[in-house]
Amino acid sequence: MTPFRRVLSSQLRNVIRSRWMAGHTVLLLGVTILLLRFGGSGARALLSLVNLVLLLVPLVSVVFGTLYVYNAREFIELLLAQPVKRGAVYLGLFGGLAIPQVATLLVGVGGPLALQAVREPAIVRPLVMLLGVGICLTLVFTAFALCVAVLVDERSRGFGVALLVWLGCTVIYDGLILLVVTLFRDYPLETPVLILTFLNPVDLARVVLLLTFDVAILMGYTGTLFAEMFGTGLGIAVAFGVLLGCAAVPLMAGFRWFGRKDL
Amino acid sequence: MTAHVGPAEVRVEGLRKRFGRVEVLRGVDFTVGTGRVTALVGPNAAGKSTLIKAIIGLVKIRPGDGRVLLDGAPINGDVGYRERIGYMPQAARFPDQLNAREVLALVRGLRAPGTPVDLELVERFELEPVLDQPIRTLSGGTRQKLNAAVAFLFRPSLVILDEPTAGLDPIASGIFKAKVHAAPAAGTTVLLTSHILSEIEELAEDIVFLIDGRVVFQGPIPALLEQAGAARLERAVATLMERGR
Repeated sequence: MTPFRRVLSSQLRNVIRSRWMAGHTVLLLGVTILLLRFGGSGARALLSLVNLVLLLVPLVSVVFGTLYVYNAREFIELLLAQPVKRGAVYLGLFGGLAIPQVATLLVGVGGPLALQAVREPAIVRPLVMLLGVGICLTLVFTAFALCVAVLVDERSRGFGVALLVWLGCTVIYDGLILLVVTLFRDYPLETPVLILTFLNPVDLARVVLLLTFDVAILMGYTGTLFAEMFGTGLGIAVAFGVLLGCAAVPLMAGFRWFGRKDL
Repeated sequence: MTAHVGPAEVRVEGLRKRFGRVEVLRGVDFTVGTGRVTALVGPNAAGKSTLIKAIIGLVKIRPGDGRVLLDGAPINGDVGYRERIGYMPQAARFPDQLNAREVLALVRGLRAPGTPVDLELVERFELEPVLDQPIRTLSGGTRQKLNAAVAFLFRPSLVILDEPTAGLDPIASGIFKAKVHAAPAAGTTVLLTSHILSEIEELAEDIVFLIDGRVVFQGPIPALLEQAGAARLERAVATLMERGR
């Protein structure tokens, strides 16, 4: 077994056994089952789960990931005192954090809805899209978490930066777009807004999901533009490609910083 | 590179390290002799931890800022030399949800296949009954025992011990000190730090005294006592610190 796989395996065991993961799984399961029970249909439950996936999944990923790395700092040093390359430890940490969270999403949200899909086959496509977006956001925000923990030495500051990253992607960025749209309302802004949407993984995920649920019409002309862009199979593939790119960029940046960092 | 090819010599040459505007190491030169027990001593913020981390490779040394040599071979970013090193950090922090057996298996798995294993401390500390318990349920002292066992697990050519007896009860401390005393005969060079000078007097043969990022004394403990004109190590260290101000 390679050092990467050994580190990954130990981190997986440690994270999977943690109360955080159990609590997160129970929370997702509970919310999904409640929405299915009282929402009336799988389609409605899915629509309600969009915000959960767009807001809660990134928050848990970035906060849990950042705190986990700070708590593991001394053990990381012990690992790096062994004949193992830093890259193996870094990627092992990333996998050890991301894989259990993906599993949590699949079990907590995907499990009950998959059972529902047996009776309601129409929800299969939106369910797959929701889970796909959720997985991408987990990867993106886990990568952000590692970046923050590598760059910011002080734990309390790092925690603050992690929250700021989440707030920036979910709220502040949208506010800035709204400001730009208001300030330049006399200009054709559809293309710039499309580009700005691509730059924020949460916005991109939101657009992909809204289009999946056929509610793009609520977004007016911009929605039509998005529908043209993402409505095709190629558009969806591009969107998921960009989302994965949003995970790869901070992951590789953190990888480089971790390789050079004084521990 | 395989482990246990006899005790190692560590040579540090002109080592400099700066964190931002603060110069922590200012051209450090010293040698940890083959098969010797050497104590790295100095006041807080003298640069001891940075020096230890530079030897292990946790702190990066830029080209031109000095070098660290293990048996004459410079440490140049390759990780293979760590096959020969055991390290006991000051804080015994292991993943809470793993058990001690899994921790031992993990570090064993990171070493080259066939690396000889020394389980003496696991046995003498009587860790066997708690090996399957989650780390989070173990006391601080038991974790420190595990920390010590990991450091000596691979019969290293060089073992680096950072405040090793902190948290150990007197019996465990005695067992540990006996292990350190026996280390040179077992083929291990020892580099340790401690603020307990009586412990250093008991364990170490040589001292490297660091003040403000510079080595102000290196040599056997009797030579330090003679130079400081003191009968006890505590007095000698205090004298050197006064002179270093």
